[in-house]
Amino acid sequence: MSADQTLIAYTLRLADNALILAQRMIELVAAEPELEEELANANFALDYIGQARMLYSHAGELEGNGRSEDEFAFMRDEHEFRNLLLLEQPNGHFGDALVRQFLFEAFYLHLLEALIACSDQGLSEIAARAIKEVKYHNRHSAQWLVRLGDGTEFSRERVQASLDNAWRYTGEMFTGDDIDVAFQRDFDGPNLNAIRDLWKRDVERTVTEATLRLPDEQWMVSGGKQGQHSEHFGFLLAEMQYLQRSFPSATW
Amino acid sequence: MYTQGLDQAGNDKQSGVETAEQLAAFQKRVDAEEKIEAKDWMPEAYRRTLIRQISQHAHSEIIGMQPEGNWLTRAPSLKRKAILLAKVQDEAGHGLYLYSAAETLGVSRDQMVADLLSGKAKYSSIFNYPTLTWADIGAIGWLVDGAAIMNQIPLCRCSYGPYARAMVRVCKEESFHQRQGFDIMLTLCRGTAAQKAMAQDALNRWWWPSLMMFGPNDTESKHSAQSMAWKIKRFSNDELRQKFVDVTVQQAEFLGIRVPDDELSFDPESGHYTFGEIDWQEFIDVVAGNGPCNKQRLEKRQYAHNEGEWVRAAAQAYASKQAARAAA
Repeated sequence: MSADQTLIAYTLRLADNALILAQRMIELVAAEPELEEELANANFALDYIGQARMLYSHAGELEGNGRSEDEFAFMRDEHEFRNLLLLEQPNGHFGDALVRQFLFEAFYLHLLEALIACSDQGLSEIAARAIKEVKYHNRHSAQWLVRLGDGTEFSRERVQASLDNAWRYTGEMFTGDDIDVAFQRDFDGPNLNAIRDLWKRDVERTVTEATLRLPDEQWMVSGGKQGQHSEHFGFLLAEMQYLQRSFPSATW
Repeated sequence: MYTQGLDQAGNDKQSGVETAEQLAAFQKRVDAEEKIEAKDWMPEAYRRTLIRQISQHAHSEIIGMQPEGNWLTRAPSLKRKAILLAKVQDEAGHGLYLYSAAETLGVSRDQMVADLLSGKAKYSSIFNYPTLTWADIGAIGWLVDGAAIMNQIPLCRCSYGPYARAMVRVCKEESFHQRQGFDIMLTLCRGTAAQKAMAQDALNRWWWPSLMMFGPNDTESKHSAQSMAWKIKRFSNDELRQKFVDVTVQQAEFLGIRVPDDELSFDPESGHYTFGEIDWQEFIDVVAGNGPCNKQRLEKRQYAHNEGEWVRAAAQAYASKQAARAAA
């Protein structure tokens, strides 16, 4: 894989993460427990759609074949998406969706920090913009994790189960493959081992404050970054892509 | 978006003694275009009318998130998805300002929400119609937000200060929504034959319900005269409806789609369009709970509220623990 191909593949992974998480979040519109959370959820999902659009456009420019953001989002098949499995998991209840957000963003925050320093100017600029949004999201989800953990007996048990269930998807964030290795080498990209340590430290701190316990070391599921998704993913794409696929020549 | 709140049945029992002097002094302030503020004396019926209207308006914003939210996951481009999501977020924000404005009149948000969930409180009948195609998202922005703006711009001058100020902000956002809706319609009408047919179908289904948004004819409107005297309302239902028709018919012509009314014609003498009779039985049915989606909309709200109970309880328990820790 050439350096250019590495950069495109890496950018698309980031874009897919942002889009797929946004798509799951917007399923929650009009279903939040409080009106204030409606605003927060919609706002954060909008941030992710914005990030996805910037990242797809950047990938399209790098590729140089005129592929638009919408072609990346709506005209690729399941196996061509390279998002983390964690992000495509169904929403479940408020605690499940919150834990997914918390675990990912605690990682994403450090990833963006590292990306600001990467040698690709486009990605660096997008990361600098995104990190401001994600810092805010991260504070919001950490506060909720503490409220649910240190709330009622019921909420503690419930969110502990959410944490236990989501944990198996966290390994994939830190398991570097050829693209991660090449991106680190050729573009001064993130060191995933270093990020794992920072993530673990931050997650542990919030989990402790929330009076929860970190799940035990366990087997980790992976495959999203290589295009091998869970069964849920096909349905997500079918819904998201339906209009573009039904009217392939139309402009919207 | 708007509710037909002014014209929904209300039981305005007066409590306490209101003297003729008090009422006259109040009317004098209203006539002088002074803004009435939360702590000012006001007739009980004025307070109740406003609580009913503002809370119904807030509920309409919240329920209105559902028909549009229905297309969020299927929006046909990332740009359209972002615009629609921003719009739905604005509606949640409008709900929040409006509940806050109503709270200044001495009713709690919890109480208002409970009234919505129990079916006691009404919201705009328009949201009890389904959004069946993407073009419905265009039609809602163009027609429903268009009608809402007609209704709401005069509310920026409403005699009650907190409501008037909330409406200034709401109107700015609504006018953006209306333009976006029209832009969706325009794109569809300039698109393929199938897209144009989708736009026509949406106009066919949303036209009459949009006209109903202005409420009953003036001769049937129970609360109008008093609301006009109090300067809560500035124009009658029929005046606003006529204004909407005059503007919108020309926009439909520009789009190249047909307004589904055989009796529609331009009257050069009055300078207005004349239009056919609204099916008022349909309006009464939908307001009474028998629209295509009344049950679905309310059940979704109830479900979300009930599913969120443990979360709110946890937040409350945490806040209490924190307060106790701070006190210790």
